[in-house]
Amino acid sequence: MSEPLIRLESVSKSYGSGAEPAVKKLTLEVEKGEVLVLVGPSGCGKSTTLRLINRLIEPTSGKIFLNGEDVTDVDPSELRRKIGYVIQQVGLFPHRTIAENIATVPRLLGWDKAKIESRIDEMLELVSMDPETYRDRYPKELSGGQAQRVGVARALAADPDVLLMDEPFGAIDPITRDRLQNEFLRLQQELKKTIVFVTHDIDEAIKMGNRIAILREGSEIAQLDTPEAILSHPADEFVESFLGSGAILKGLTLKKVRDIDLHQVPTLTAPVARDQALQALQDSPDQVAVLLDDKEQPTRWIDEKALNRTSQPIEKSGRPVTVNLQPEDTLQDALTTMLQSSVGMAVVTDRKGKYLGCCTIESLAKLIMSEG
Amino acid sequence: MDFLLSLLEFAFGRQEQVLEALAQHAGYVVSVLVTAGVFAIVTGIVTRRNQLARELALSIASVFLTIPSLALFVIFIPLVGLGFAPSFIALFLYSLLPILRNTITGLDGIDPGVLESAKGMGLSPLQVLLRVELPLAWPVILAGIRVSSMLIVGIAAIATLVAGGGLGDFIKSGLARLPLPNSLEAIWLGTILCLLLALVIDLILQAARLATISKGIR
Repeated sequence: MSEPLIRLESVSKSYGSGAEPAVKKLTLEVEKGEVLVLVGPSGCGKSTTLRLINRLIEPTSGKIFLNGEDVTDVDPSELRRKIGYVIQQVGLFPHRTIAENIATVPRLLGWDKAKIESRIDEMLELVSMDPETYRDRYPKELSGGQAQRVGVARALAADPDVLLMDEPFGAIDPITRDRLQNEFLRLQQELKKTIVFVTHDIDEAIKMGNRIAILREGSEIAQLDTPEAILSHPADEFVESFLGSGAILKGLTLKKVRDIDLHQVPTLTAPVARDQALQALQDSPDQVAVLLDDKEQPTRWIDEKALNRTSQPIEKSGRPVTVNLQPEDTLQDALTTMLQSSVGMAVVTDRKGKYLGCCTIESLAKLIMSEG
Repeated sequence: MDFLLSLLEFAFGRQEQVLEALAQHAGYVVSVLVTAGVFAIVTGIVTRRNQLARELALSIASVFLTIPSLALFVIFIPLVGLGFAPSFIALFLYSLLPILRNTITGLDGIDPGVLESAKGMGLSPLQVLLRVELPLAWPVILAGIRVSSMLIVGIAAIATLVAGGGLGDFIKSGLARLPLPNSLEAIWLGTILCLLLALVIDLILQAARLATISKGIR
């Protein structure tokens, strides 16, 4: 590996002489382009650790290197302009418009006007907000989710290599949080920033992190590894208890539907004759078949009972296929879909909706077992 | 009706005197608001992080406001003589508390998340103060300035007792000549002009409010 972008070298921070230090001799390296998540119970010093990196808190002892350069004695304000910072409370300036908020750091750095203006639009588009609509609004006119989008845009405006995020999605409702997390992952694929991300939510850590550092009291690293490794081999009891009972279920968010061997049930392409359909079902070990339309898109689940019960045309018998999985969905999505489906399986299609196969509980179990 | 007519006659009969008194009175308000405003805001900024200093500043400013106004105008005469100076000092001391108190309250009331992000983005402490803290505390500070301005318009009428001029001149001369002709007219003229001046100053401050406070926090 090349030189890490951020390196903390036995950094300590204590408040007062008698008290236990908030951060005790922490050594940590963050590689270029990775998302390192610091996760731990509240009061373990994870936020303090984050704020040591941009020197909002000065370390009592130890050294911090950024790009191989010791930053413990450069001007803290100058240092912070090179590091994006996103916090749970967002902290947009309420007296400035969205555009002015985003322009904060570029202005501090003395960019010229035209460059700043075009950068504002670019940033708003990056976080999926229409520049026309939002440029001249004030923060009070935004929802929590929109405000944090602007918070991220503002942090990225001067194109910093490093982004520090302190529970950025902590105060946002679960549905919006999920969407922002997904968007953020998409952004990160594009931007490849070096990110240190603090959260107390292990599920978020598993979803967002390339590597996870599980911290205990005093910011001591209990385990530092990839999410997969931590889930399958927790280092000690503390990590195990922090992961909670559902470690296997959590692991499902790391795998995609495309990792599964799809199961092939009989398919019928409409229009199809009733006895032809019956024949196909009797020839197969499966209880159900999938009816496809002329574009090969799955429309209904057909079984023998449905065929016998009604004299309706076959396009109207059985049950409709309501949700399709796609190869990029996580196994957690797959499990949810299967449990909700009437036949205990889920249909997988490609992006255009063309039928690929079915995902079953057995195939899911087989994949998890093979990992074990 | 008769009284109103004689009041108007009284006022227009000595236009020059009226304008001079009005100018003196307004002069007190403007000079005191500017100096006391700057002084109180700076004191608020300097002392707010230190519990002791800030409580001390607030108590001293409160003490000034509890001293009877008549006494406060008089006690500076041995030091600075008669006229504008003792009146100015007394009014200055009077107007400190509302502005100081509101400066501290306004700065305290700023969302800590906003300050954290301001620092985190690399604004220097002075930039945080000028670009974030003061603009956000300004509506509250301006409310304090408005309270002080009303206070000054009323109390400046006492300046006449230390030969400081102002609209109090009419009230004092009216009082001294009571119940001779034109004495009531003089008292009423002084009082009404004080009210009108207060109204105009309030309108000006209201306009300043609209002009200087960002739409985002109005």
